[in-house]
Amino acid sequence: MSARNIGIVYRKELTEALRDRRTLISTILVPLLAFPIMGIGFTTVAVIMIGKAKEEIPKVMILGGEDSPGIVEGLKKLDKIDIVPPTANWKDQVVNKDIRAAVEIPPGFQADIGHEKSDTVSIYDYEGEMKSEFAAEKINKYLNDYRDSVVKQRLTTRNIPETVLKPFEVKQQNVAPPEKVSGAAFGGIIGYMVILLCMTGAMYPAIDLTAGEKERGTMETILSSPISRMHLVLGKFLLILTAALGTAAISVLSMGISFTMLGHYAGKAVGGASGFILSLGPKPILSIFLMALPIAVLFSATLMTIALFAKTYKEAQSYLTPMTFVAVIPAIAAMLPGAELTPKLALIPILNTSLVCKEIISGTYHWNLIAIIFGSTCLYAAAALFLAIKMFQRESVLFRS
Amino acid sequence: MIDARNLSKHFTDKKRGQIRAVDNVSFICKPGQIYGLLGANGAGKTTALRMLATILEPTHGTALICGHDMVEAPEKVRANVGFLSTATALYRRLTAQELVEYFGRLNGLSEATIKKRIDDIFTRLDMNSFRDRRCEKLSTGMQQKTSIARTLVHDPPVMIFDEPTLGLDIMTSRTITAFIRECRDNGKTVIFSTHIMSEVEKLCDTIGIIQSGKLLAEGSLPQLRDQYSENDLEEIFVKVVTPHFTAAGAN
Repeated sequence: MSARNIGIVYRKELTEALRDRRTLISTILVPLLAFPIMGIGFTTVAVIMIGKAKEEIPKVMILGGEDSPGIVEGLKKLDKIDIVPPTANWKDQVVNKDIRAAVEIPPGFQADIGHEKSDTVSIYDYEGEMKSEFAAEKINKYLNDYRDSVVKQRLTTRNIPETVLKPFEVKQQNVAPPEKVSGAAFGGIIGYMVILLCMTGAMYPAIDLTAGEKERGTMETILSSPISRMHLVLGKFLLILTAALGTAAISVLSMGISFTMLGHYAGKAVGGASGFILSLGPKPILSIFLMALPIAVLFSATLMTIALFAKTYKEAQSYLTPMTFVAVIPAIAAMLPGAELTPKLALIPILNTSLVCKEIISGTYHWNLIAIIFGSTCLYAAAALFLAIKMFQRESVLFRS
Repeated sequence: MIDARNLSKHFTDKKRGQIRAVDNVSFICKPGQIYGLLGANGAGKTTALRMLATILEPTHGTALICGHDMVEAPEKVRANVGFLSTATALYRRLTAQELVEYFGRLNGLSEATIKKRIDDIFTRLDMNSFRDRRCEKLSTGMQQKTSIARTLVHDPPVMIFDEPTLGLDIMTSRTITAFIRECRDNGKTVIFSTHIMSEVEKLCDTIGIIQSGKLLAEGSLPQLRDQYSENDLEEIFVKVVTPHFTAAGAN
């Protein structure tokens, strides 16, 4: 094997890649901007949206209650709620967002309370619609407070202490350090993003260096030179790997900076006490990068092999797009609640890396599992690279017509 | 020298079954001579030349190129060959000079040799004005000159041209034909495929007529005229290939 020849091909491919806008966008710009946009941008937008929704004075309709003036008056006196007159099409009005919620007081409600008869007050809202849910929440809180006051009054009348209803308190407390809590919550998405961006980074160069070369007619030019096909494929592979790792490295760094800033911002927002602390120091960043290394080799070799079958750039894109799902599904599976790394799962490519990233971020290092993941992914990657070299030697693949 | 011995290439097509793209073709092409492979579209010219350039591997037979067996030592063969066709495009994002340097390196030349060769070739082909311009920005003529420079950088003794003037304007075609002649005058072995009769008449020392993968006739232009009692090369060509066209059609 001639490292010189592989180096010549690699240098040339690198020169071309650095002059290609599409490669630069997919390798550098996308991972650089994805985390700040997703993290800071998304959080900021969410904070603004929630703030606006909370500020709105919701329109609420009271259905019935003519014989229960006490509760109706209580609702009308509620701060920041606009009570509108009842109409027959109240349901449509909720759905069309003309009003945010409706509350139905059953007939004889006040009298029933006096007679200690149980009734049901219904709140109608638009589930999933934030402003409607806020309105329902306010009404719910008022009704709960009212119910508590009725209970209290009944107990007082009977000379029974309030503690009879609460013989003991239940208190749930977190003992895990805040970075582990945040890691468990957000670690999955970080592994997922690294895997996804690693693949995105490799995808464009993998197409460009194979199907792209065929389409542009340079494949025949390079095959007529004395370089062996193995050196050629290894030079190309190294460039694709560089793009994948470059994307992974930029995404991990960008993620580190974004989440540190986000943690600071969110910490301030909740008063700096508990909440969101996502510590991404050099150790987890380096560990994630190391775990991304064999997966990047696996992606680079696999994408290159598949793209090599295509005759044109477009055809290669149509082959590789489903590959994104193949990579994304196991990566998403790692994010599911309760998904934890086991020796068996450590053998499943992509899923294992995603799971181990989650653990690394929460500060847990199971070295035996990490070794299994690194070893098995290296093995899959070597098999994919071997296949890529073999495919590059097949005329039926290179000159498919 | 090129010594092709029973060169064959078979492909398998799902619909058409086995296709003999090149079928037992043997010929000799000597240094200082141009061998013209004349044939219609799909006759097997490109496959034959791709095999000689070791881009494709023969199903049977072989060829000795500068004494190296193309099957056993394809890399040595490629180091002795310059291959040019309309399908051999340039890397768009490299400059003309970078592209030629790249192929110089792939051919194992030292940086000093590459520099000297590039200076010589670029001056001879009048390429200095666009040596630092990216290939994507070059005109067709400039691109062809860059392709020529690429094939020449390692000074190969054998030149293979596969329909090099296809789709080019007359001025660019003339640059190519002048270059082919120059190769012969410099003692290189030249093989050249085309379906343009006038090019063959002007350039070739030996003509091989190929159809359905078979070499049907071979000789110098005067020899072919005598053999087929026709003066016009086009008429000779039609006389040679018509029975095979009919047979192919019947099949």
